[in-house]
Amino acid sequence: MKIAVMATCLGDAMFPQAVKATVRLLHRLGHEVVFPEGQTCCGQMHVNTGYLREAVPLVRHHVEVFEPVADGGWDAVVAPSGSCTGCVRHQHAVVARRAGDEVLAERAEAVAARTYELSELLVDVLGVTDVGAHYPHRVTYHPTCHSLRMLRVADKPLRLLRAVRGLELVELPDAEVCCGFGGTFAVKNGETSTAMLADKMRNVLGTRAEVCTAGDSSCLMHIGGGLGRLRTGVRTVHLAEILASTEAGRTPAAAGTPGGVRDEPVEAQR
Amino acid sequence: MSTTDLGMPAVRGGARDGSRDTGLPTHSVAGQGNLRGTTSFPRAAHEKLADTQLRRNLGKATGIIRGKRAGVVAELDDWEELRLAGSALKADVMARLPELLEQLEENVTARGGHVHWARDAAEANAVVAELVRATGSDEVVKVKSMATQETGLNEALAEQGITAWETDLAELIVQLGHDAPSHILVPAIHRNRSEIREIFLREMPGVDPALSDDPRELAMAARAHLRRKFLTAKVAVSGANFAVADTGTLCVVESEGNGRMCLTLPGTLITLMGVEKLVPTFSDLEVFLQLLPRSSTGERMNPYTSTWTGVTPGDGPQEFHLVLLDNGRSAVLADEDGRAALHCIRCSACLNVCPVYERVGGHAYGSVYPGPIGAVLSPMLTGISGPDDPNASLPYASSLCGACFDACPVRIDIPNLLVQQRAASVESHPRPTAQDLALRAAALVMSSPGRFAAAEKGLALGRLLAGREGRISSLPWPLSHWTDSRDVPAPPAETARQWWARTGGHDEQDGERS
Repeated sequence: MKIAVMATCLGDAMFPQAVKATVRLLHRLGHEVVFPEGQTCCGQMHVNTGYLREAVPLVRHHVEVFEPVADGGWDAVVAPSGSCTGCVRHQHAVVARRAGDEVLAERAEAVAARTYELSELLVDVLGVTDVGAHYPHRVTYHPTCHSLRMLRVADKPLRLLRAVRGLELVELPDAEVCCGFGGTFAVKNGETSTAMLADKMRNVLGTRAEVCTAGDSSCLMHIGGGLGRLRTGVRTVHLAEILASTEAGRTPAAAGTPGGVRDEPVEAQR
Repeated sequence: MSTTDLGMPAVRGGARDGSRDTGLPTHSVAGQGNLRGTTSFPRAAHEKLADTQLRRNLGKATGIIRGKRAGVVAELDDWEELRLAGSALKADVMARLPELLEQLEENVTARGGHVHWARDAAEANAVVAELVRATGSDEVVKVKSMATQETGLNEALAEQGITAWETDLAELIVQLGHDAPSHILVPAIHRNRSEIREIFLREMPGVDPALSDDPRELAMAARAHLRRKFLTAKVAVSGANFAVADTGTLCVVESEGNGRMCLTLPGTLITLMGVEKLVPTFSDLEVFLQLLPRSSTGERMNPYTSTWTGVTPGDGPQEFHLVLLDNGRSAVLADEDGRAALHCIRCSACLNVCPVYERVGGHAYGSVYPGPIGAVLSPMLTGISGPDDPNASLPYASSLCGACFDACPVRIDIPNLLVQQRAASVESHPRPTAQDLALRAAALVMSSPGRFAAAEKGLALGRLLAGREGRISSLPWPLSHWTDSRDVPAPPAETARQWWARTGGHDEQDGERS
C-alpha cells in the first residue's frame, strides 16, 4: 500500500519520534510511505476552541494537501493521533458546511473516508495485530478520549500491544476517564484539568508500570508533563514507538518522553 | 425484557419549518431566572477544587450512581434502540412543537384543567403567585421541579408573602440549608450525612435534639416534618417530567412518594413545565419510562410514577393549572443544530459521568442546570452577551471527552453542542480579545506550509528555555496555566518535516539517540 503520513502539527514540531516510528513501522510491514510536505495542522485547536470560521482555511489547506488519497494517488492517510483523525473525520465537513462551502465539505468527507488513526490502519485496513515488535517493559495503556469515543477504536491498541514480545501489559484502573488534557481546556481551565490529571497519575502510578502509552502525543504530553514535574520516573511513550521497536533494531523506552523529559543528552542533539 | 413500540415517530413528524413558530408569542425572549451565575467557571472552580469535603462527597456519590446506572443499562439488550427511539421522538416533538402544544392545551382544557402561557421566568412566577393568592392560601407544598428552580419561584412567592415548602428530601435539605441545588436529580449531592444532620438540627422545627446521622433517622425526621405540611397545605406546585399531547396527561416520576402526596392531597395543583417536555402520544411514555429511571437513579423503575389528566371529580385536586414556560426555549428551538439540547429529559446521567462535574460540583456552573448539559443549555437559554458574561465560560467547562454523549439516554451530541456554543461565545465578542488575536494569528501561520516551517524555527527558543534538564517548568501567562502543574518537554532538535527532508524517511539505524 501507498500510505501518506499525517504528522499532525504537534507530532511534527514536538514529538517527531512518534511520526518517525509510524514511518519505520509501515516500512517494516512492507508499505510505501509518503510525507506530504505541504501539511501543517488539521485545525482541531481552532475548532474545539470555538474558532470555526478561522478553521476554514486550515480545513481547506488540509484537504488540498491530502486530496490525493481521494483521487487514488495514495491508498490511505494515517495519523499517530486519535483526536486529529477524529477532527478530520467528524469536524472538517461540519466546519465547511457551517461556512456554507458544500463543495469543500464533500471534498473533506472524501479525504476523511480514507484517513485512519494508527491502530485502525493496522488492524482494520492492513489486517495485522502482530507487527513483530519487541519491547521488554512493563506498560500500561491509556485510551485517549477521542480514539475511544469519537473513533471507537475499542480494544485495537490493546490487541496490538498484547502481541508485542517482551511487553508486560498492566491494566490501568479507570482507564476510560479523561486525563484532563482537552486541548485549550488544559490552559483555560488549568486547575480543573490538573485535578483530573492528578487522578490519572495516581492510577498510572498504582500500576507500577515503567511506561504509560497512548495513541495521542497530546494526551501523553499532558500525562508525561505531570509525571515529569513530580519526578515519578514513569515515561510516556507513543503507541507507534512501541510498535516500531524490535529486538534487532533500535528501540525503546528511551525513544519516548521519560516523565515528560527527553533523556537523550542535549549535546547529542543537533 | 421489553421492546420498543415507536409508532413511527419519523413518519408522524410534520413540518420541518416549525423552527421559528412555536405557537408562543412570535418574538423569542432570553431566559431569565437562575440560569446564570456571577463569576466565570474557572474562577468558581478554583474555589470548589479547594474544598476537599466537596470533592469526597461528589466522588463517592457520582461513583455509586455511575455503577448502578451501568448495571441496569447493561441488562437491556435493546438499550441502544431505546436511545434511538427517545432521540427520534424528541426530534419529532421539536419539529412540530407548536402543533403539539396546542393539542396539549386542548386536551388539558377538555378534561377540566386550565392552561397558562408564560414567556419568561417573571411571567411564570407572576401567574403562579396569582393563582395561589386566588385560593386564599399563603403556603404551598412543592414537588421537586427544575422548572421552578429555573424561574426562582420560591423567592418570587416569598416576596408575595407565600411560603413554599420543598418536600423532596434533597430539595428540603437544600432549602433548610439556605443553599442552592448542585445536581439536577440529587440537589444536595454536595452534602454528606453529617452535614445534613447539622442542617436538620439547626433549621427543622421540632426536631429531636438527639438526632443521629443515620440515614434512616434523618429520613424519619424529614418525614415527620413533611407530614404536617401535607395535611395542612391547600395548594401544591409541581413540575413535570412528561406531558402527553394526545391525551393531556401530565407525568411525574419520583422515588419518595412525597411528590404523590403533593399531587393528590391539596385541592389545587399548579404545574409549571418547560414547553419541551412534551411527548406526542401516551404510548411514547413506554420509551421514556425505560430510559429515564435507568439513566437517572440507576433503577429499573422508579418507585412512584404519577399521571393525571385534568381533574377527576371527587378524587385528587379539584383545580388544576398548567403553566407552560418558554424562558428562552423558542430561541433554542430556532437554532437548527442547537435545538437537540431541548431533547434533554433531565436524567443527570451526563453529570454523573462528567470528570469536570465530579471535581467541581454543580455550584461552579452558576446556573441551576450544571454539568455537560447545563454548560450548553444555560448559555443557549440566556444567550451570551459578551466575553465577560459568566455563561460565556460554560461551554469551555469540558475537556470534550465525550462521556456525556455515551451516557445520554436521548443521544444528545453534547460535545458537538459544546463546540457550537464555544463558537457562539467567540462570536459574541464586540472587539477581538487576546485569545481571538492569538488564534487568528495561529490560523494564518498554520494554513501555510512556508509560514508554519518558519514558525517552527522558534522551537529553538524552547530548547534554550529547557536548558540542560530538557524540560520547561515555567512559561509566561497564559501558558503558565499549563506549567503551574505540568512540564513541557524540550522541543526536538529536528522536526519530523526536517527529518523527512533529510532522510526521505529511510534512516532505520538513525535514531534520536546518537
